[in-house]
Amino acid sequence: MSVTIEIPTAFRRFTDGTPKYSCSATTIAEALNVLTTQFPGLGKHVRDDQGQIRQFLNVYLNEEDIRFLGGESCSLKDGDRVLLVPSIAGGSHS
Amino acid sequence: MPDHYQLRCRECGKFWGNTPKSFCEECFSPLEVAFDYDALKKIARKENLSSRPFSMWRYSEFLPLPEGFTPPNSVGGTPLVRARHLAKQLGVQTLYVKNDAVCFPSLSFKDRVVATALAAARRFEFKTVGCSSTGNLANAVAAQSAQQGFDACVFIPADLEPAKILNTAVYGARIVRINGNYDHVNRLCAQIADRFQWGLVNVNLRPYYAEGSKTHGFEIAEQLGWTLPDNVVVPMAGGSLITKIAKAFRELVLLGWVKEKPVKFFGAQATGCSPISDGVKRNLARFEPQKPQTIARSLAIGNPADGPFAMKEIRESGGWAEDVSDPEIVDAIQLLAETEGIFGETAAGVTVGVTQKLIQAGRIGPNETAVVCVTGNGLKTTDAIVSEYPLTEAIAPRLDAFEAYLDAQLATSAAVGRV
Repeated sequence: MSVTIEIPTAFRRFTDGTPKYSCSATTIAEALNVLTTQFPGLGKHVRDDQGQIRQFLNVYLNEEDIRFLGGESCSLKDGDRVLLVPSIAGGSHS
Repeated sequence: MPDHYQLRCRECGKFWGNTPKSFCEECFSPLEVAFDYDALKKIARKENLSSRPFSMWRYSEFLPLPEGFTPPNSVGGTPLVRARHLAKQLGVQTLYVKNDAVCFPSLSFKDRVVATALAAARRFEFKTVGCSSTGNLANAVAAQSAQQGFDACVFIPADLEPAKILNTAVYGARIVRINGNYDHVNRLCAQIADRFQWGLVNVNLRPYYAEGSKTHGFEIAEQLGWTLPDNVVVPMAGGSLITKIAKAFRELVLLGWVKEKPVKFFGAQATGCSPISDGVKRNLARFEPQKPQTIARSLAIGNPADGPFAMKEIRESGGWAEDVSDPEIVDAIQLLAETEGIFGETAAGVTVGVTQKLIQAGRIGPNETAVVCVTGNGLKTTDAIVSEYPLTEAIAPRLDAFEAYLDAQLATSAAVGRV
């Protein structure tokens, strides 16, 4: 499955400025793992020490918060968009 | 004089100076305004208050205001009502209602947060300000922007109460209606703040905005003769207000303006949107987001940004959280109006209804002092209760018609056993 992960401005210093990252993944967990393998600096900002998605980071699959879709094990289909949004967001522009 | 405050990460503690930013770029946790309390102690004097008008600006040293700031309006300074009839009805001795239903200029406590947010917006030279809103915040942004010369653009769920849309539109603000609930609107605003140079009061200006809520707490303490209550019952939407009232009380203790004492904080939500109260009641480490389904639309935030902090504050204070159903909300709006002459919006119904439950459950004792925070005006949510009051049949302007009307009323009362 080819999916696109949209990366907020504040995260882009860990992604060499990349605003969108396309990859192949079948679940949200897999997509996040691919992303943080590609950009290791992002890893600790996406997951906490227990390996959980950070409390103040919201992850959306298309229009829906993944917590309403069964969490990060929810399946992806071709063309899906994954959004990462800090829960109290804004102010990252310069 | 340099600022005596700056942004600090609520998780990792890193300082960020003063800038329109709401989250830490090191750990992506929320930022808040941290004060240098040694500096604050030197500049804040209780005796200075006597010459200041009773508005939120009397506590200006405790707020993140730019140097040379002149209050542009008279926000806050709302009554703390000794609610004797309501107290009797609920079976307690001492109950107060902090009545922000009459907050100037747009009749909700959101006027306080917008006042500090716009001070920050001016400092950071934003021309356009905006917000994601369940209604009250949009009203406040629109009204104060009109007065202060900002362009306002507000984002709201498409199904908001007509009165709340009208009360924004009348000030000339641009209104963008979003097909979705508040959480969808909020996510969009996060993306907009990421893209445009706008001052979104509850997004990139959020740390400054949130400090305005403290004035609700400062006023309570001052109106109680510089003492703290035993209990405070606070409505929760995003969860910020309850944490800022607690912060206000802590600051007053720190400066020696009030005597330290334990204060229990109680959070109130509608059962149809109760992620924070559910988290407290089930003792969850993290709240679970919900899809809102309640008449209390001003509290309908299923993914509350400050939910984790609200839960922490409630737990650490020894308080609790509770929620009430839509019919209970309507009953409580009527109870507050009929006992105290205060017409609160649906959120007030939530808070009064929850207070009733807390007293019944013994969580608020009969001899303790409790303050119930009413945060919005009932004229904004009349659609929630209009069906309770069907129009009566009109009578002719003649005395015999009135006598016939009285006879009919007495007969009806007798039939239902009220006479």
